Amino acid sequence: MSKKKVAKKKTTKKITTKKIAKKKAPKKRTKKKAFRKVTKKSTKKNVIRKKVNKQKDLLQDSIIELIRQTSTILPGDIQKVILEALEREKEGTTAKYAMSIIDANIKLAKSKSQPMCQDTGTILFFISHPAEFSELAFMKTANKAVVLATKKGYLRQNSVDTLTGANTTMNLGPGHPSFHFHEHKKKTIEVRLMLKGGGCENVGAQYALPNVSLDAGRDLDGVRKVILDAIIKAQGKGCGPGVLGICIGGDRGAGYIDSKEQLLRHLDDSSPNNTLADLERDIVNTANKLGIGPMGFGGKTTLLACKIGVLNRLPASYFVSISYMCWAYRRQGITLGSHNKISKWLY
Amino acid sequence: MKKLNFPFKREEIRALKVGDMVLISGKMFTGRDAIHKYLHDGNMPPVSLQDQIIYHCGPVVLEEKNNYRVIAAGPTTSIREEPYQWEVMRDHGILGVIGKGGMGPKTLEGCAKYGCVYFHAIGGAAQVLAEKIKSVDNVYLKEKFGSPEAIWELTVEEFPVVVTMDSHGNSLHEKVQAKSEANLKELL
Repeated sequence: MSKKKVAKKKTTKKITTKKIAKKKAPKKRTKKKAFRKVTKKSTKKNVIRKKVNKQKDLLQDSIIELIRQTSTILPGDIQKVILEALEREKEGTTAKYAMSIIDANIKLAKSKSQPMCQDTGTILFFISHPAEFSELAFMKTANKAVVLATKKGYLRQNSVDTLTGANTTMNLGPGHPSFHFHEHKKKTIEVRLMLKGGGCENVGAQYALPNVSLDAGRDLDGVRKVILDAIIKAQGKGCGPGVLGICIGGDRGAGYIDSKEQLLRHLDDSSPNNTLADLERDIVNTANKLGIGPMGFGGKTTLLACKIGVLNRLPASYFVSISYMCWAYRRQGITLGSHNKISKWLY
Repeated sequence: MKKLNFPFKREEIRALKVGDMVLISGKMFTGRDAIHKYLHDGNMPPVSLQDQIIYHCGPVVLEEKNNYRVIAAGPTTSIREEPYQWEVMRDHGILGVIGKGGMGPKTLEGCAKYGCVYFHAIGGAAQVLAEKIKSVDNVYLKEKFGSPEAIWELTVEEFPVVVTMDSHGNSLHEKVQAKSEANLKELL
């Protein structure tokens, strides 16, 4: 019973104010087999355990399929805004040309089941799980799946030893892949994956307000100024048109993580906070008046969407953390069913 | 839509202007960070680059029965080669560079002085671009630098690019940057 209470306490926060779940995860881990489907009969532990041992755990296969789909197929909400951007650009312009090649590339990657971009990016896992769950066991299986997906060519060998330059580990190493665990009230496990390429990660930015050179104060107008500055600076570099994930507040680390988690939202939603929802719309409208356009060629679409979250801050700090996602917005998610088989796609 | 066919000629390069959409057919050589540094350090290229095009790209290449097949080959960010690119134009006679994101004033000056252009390929479009590669004809310095950083000699057909820096001192990147900054001032 005490465990249940703990779980309830920890799951009352909204998505927009999520923090790193590692801190929140229960410290007691007594079970090795942690990915059993939680059923109504979960009190009869011994019976269930016997059953599960007989049937194959499909977690590894499910994660490989998640990686394959994420690397090769853009989810519907992202394809929709790309098609709208293609429509919007004027016939005969380089912007239209760029968007039509992007559109063709999306279709080709899907039909050939090959990575849509050769930079298969940082592998970011976001796992929402019930109280009875082992992070260590999950990471062990996910790491195996990553190596197999790399051998199959869904991922490029992309993890470099920062000091020696060696790239031999099939995407495993300190910080690779990147795991973010969150406990939630549901009884199912949800695994979200983002593959974020280096080009767009390089144009992310973090501002501390006030910023004198941009005349940006500690208010929403200041926040707007620094976001638009980041868009100007990213032009041509992050494979636009892109999407911004932004966190206002937090410390430097939490701000950047939340800015990435904003990119897990569906593109057609808007913030439940009216002030932030207005700012999200304003940033997209203003960015698309700048004339930067696809690939920085000039044109009507500079930004496809903007998602903004907020965290509390210290009296002395006011950070705005910005993550830029390229048009090759590779993120997908699954709900795990019995034996960790994929029961639902989340995007 | 313009066409540029191998063997490439300097006067055809001089005729290209910013904004031209071009389909390149023939030969190109990949080269990115390691190769540019290698040439800058005074080493001779293992193959002549005279009148050739360099592609800033680290392709994903599969090896099958003594044959290579490129399965993903989009451009990488070019600005990292800004310190070296003009030298490669001067010393090795290249007449085109393909990449993404554009390059800076040193390269723009090199383009004008030595008769070279910067072609922008579509970033992230690794499948469309890999399809235009018809054969892998050779590979150089693979043992030394590893597969993505090696020089891959490729034959391409109708490889789609846009001229964003020409040999007359014009840069689309400078123009869009200036215009977007002016637009922002009005919107703030």
